[in-house]
Amino acid sequence: MQDWKLSRRFFAAVASAPIAWLFLFFVLPMAIVWGYSFGRNVGLTEIEISGTFANYGKALEPLYLEIMLKSVVVAAITTAICFVVGFPVAMAIAFARDKWKPWLLLLIMLPFWTNLLIRTYALLFVLGGRGLVNSGIEHLYNGTSLVSQLLGFGAFDPYQPVQLLYNNFALILGLVYVHLPFMVLPLYAALDRLDKSLIEASLDLGAGHWKTITRIVIPMAMPGILSGLLITFVPALGAYLTPDLMGGTDSQMIANVIERQFKRANDWPFGAALSFLLLYATFILIALQALRSRKEARQ
Amino acid sequence: MRLMRRTPIAPLEYSRRLWLRSWVGGVALFLYLPLLVLIIFSFNDSKRNVVWRGFTTKWYGKVLENESLMAALGNSLTIAFLATLISVVLGTLAAVLLWRFRFPGRAGIEGTMALPIVVPEICLGVAFLVFFAQVGWPNDLIWPLSLGNITIAHVTFCFPFVALVVRARLASFNREQEEAARDLGASEWQSFRDVLLPHMKPGIIAGALLSFTLSLDDFVITFFTSGPNTITFPVKVYSMVRFSVTPEVNAVSALLILLTVILTAVALKMQDISKTNAS
Repeated sequence: MQDWKLSRRFFAAVASAPIAWLFLFFVLPMAIVWGYSFGRNVGLTEIEISGTFANYGKALEPLYLEIMLKSVVVAAITTAICFVVGFPVAMAIAFARDKWKPWLLLLIMLPFWTNLLIRTYALLFVLGGRGLVNSGIEHLYNGTSLVSQLLGFGAFDPYQPVQLLYNNFALILGLVYVHLPFMVLPLYAALDRLDKSLIEASLDLGAGHWKTITRIVIPMAMPGILSGLLITFVPALGAYLTPDLMGGTDSQMIANVIERQFKRANDWPFGAALSFLLLYATFILIALQALRSRKEARQ
Repeated sequence: MRLMRRTPIAPLEYSRRLWLRSWVGGVALFLYLPLLVLIIFSFNDSKRNVVWRGFTTKWYGKVLENESLMAALGNSLTIAFLATLISVVLGTLAAVLLWRFRFPGRAGIEGTMALPIVVPEICLGVAFLVFFAQVGWPNDLIWPLSLGNITIAHVTFCFPFVALVVRARLASFNREQEEAARDLGASEWQSFRDVLLPHMKPGIIAGALLSFTLSLDDFVITFFTSGPNTITFPVKVYSMVRFSVTPEVNAVSALLILLTVILTAVALKMQDISKTNAS
């Protein structure tokens, strides 16, 4: 690395544009929101930055506290399901033949690159009242009803579509659907780096596959697992589109509340405070993870 | 059955075990089935969507006739193109800056540069809404200047990704090459242009493709910055989905999925080329 004083002109040419952009169009907008979070509405459009903590106080009211807690719980459940579903997939990719690896990775990556809105819409389309899943269940139901009729037990009541959308089930299913690739990729990276001879040793010494996975593979891959959990949890916590389109009235998450303050309720200072609370939560998680990996690197 | 197998499964060949194979198959089905159903039903000759009534391509015709949708697509592509152009320049400069120089405040700049990647989308969207309202950004500009605020927002979350990708590529650069160029009389600028830039090229291309995809895909941040006259494709599709589920939306989605597949194929092809060139 070179000291900047050795070639000041080249340094200035390289440094000025990105740093200026970063401050003007990232730090400044964030700073304004931060300022607003200590402000209050004066009149319809005027906001006075008065240094009040009232907006943060309002966020602690039971109504909003409940939504925040719920967001955390929903994101945690999503992350846990993604881990359980994604871990075997990552194992399969990590232990596949070299020829197959890129294709298996592509299999996971392709939906990840597809537009989020379209993936959510596809799920809406399949799960809807007259969608594929419901008509599949309807066929099963009618088939069973027919069998029951033939056996002399009488027919069932007419089929009522199962409500698969606009509830907490749909919300979590949607979040898992969208975030699964986030989990699989870091898990794969961690498992792929493992020293395979240690796993062989464990199997040779008489441990079963389950024991080897829980006692050897998971502890060794722990740093990768933790980053996978973080990479899934953070975007799931701040998710806007999935709860908006798939959730019911009771499955709103913090991002939806923030949006409402800015677009409909027009309470910008409160929205700003909520938005910074979400940001702080994200930062704390990332900082904890960074501390952990630094500690591990030192050992 | 056992005899037909060429070799028995070795202990570590997890990917050949039946239960793991069916698991991966199940996950693939979960990921792809909704998308496939969506594409198949975009050819369905029925307004009611769910019952198959025969093959048709009329919804694609309707999409192409839908002027506001096409205008939104035009906006999205223009924004993605402009944002990519600016992001590539800024991201490459940022990568060189952090790779090359030691300067006061370096750690701070490096940390701040990574923030747009980790900040939740909703927070960034809100920040731009507030920022453009605060500076009084005019919203009656003529096209394409009217797309300026969305483009600025997109550059902010795209260029750190470009910087990340280019910097990863720079790690494999042999500094002696540049020193040799300088010894042979090249100026700083010449050695940058003729030695460093060609080395960074695969990273720059990868970063550009990434940035284009990110910009084209973004809904949340655009949702907060777009005005009534600057609707982008995802924002338009969102309002269509909200309003009603029609076969037109299926056709639009199928087209966008196709575009994603094409972009991915191009990206993979590029990667292949740069790999064969390197070896």
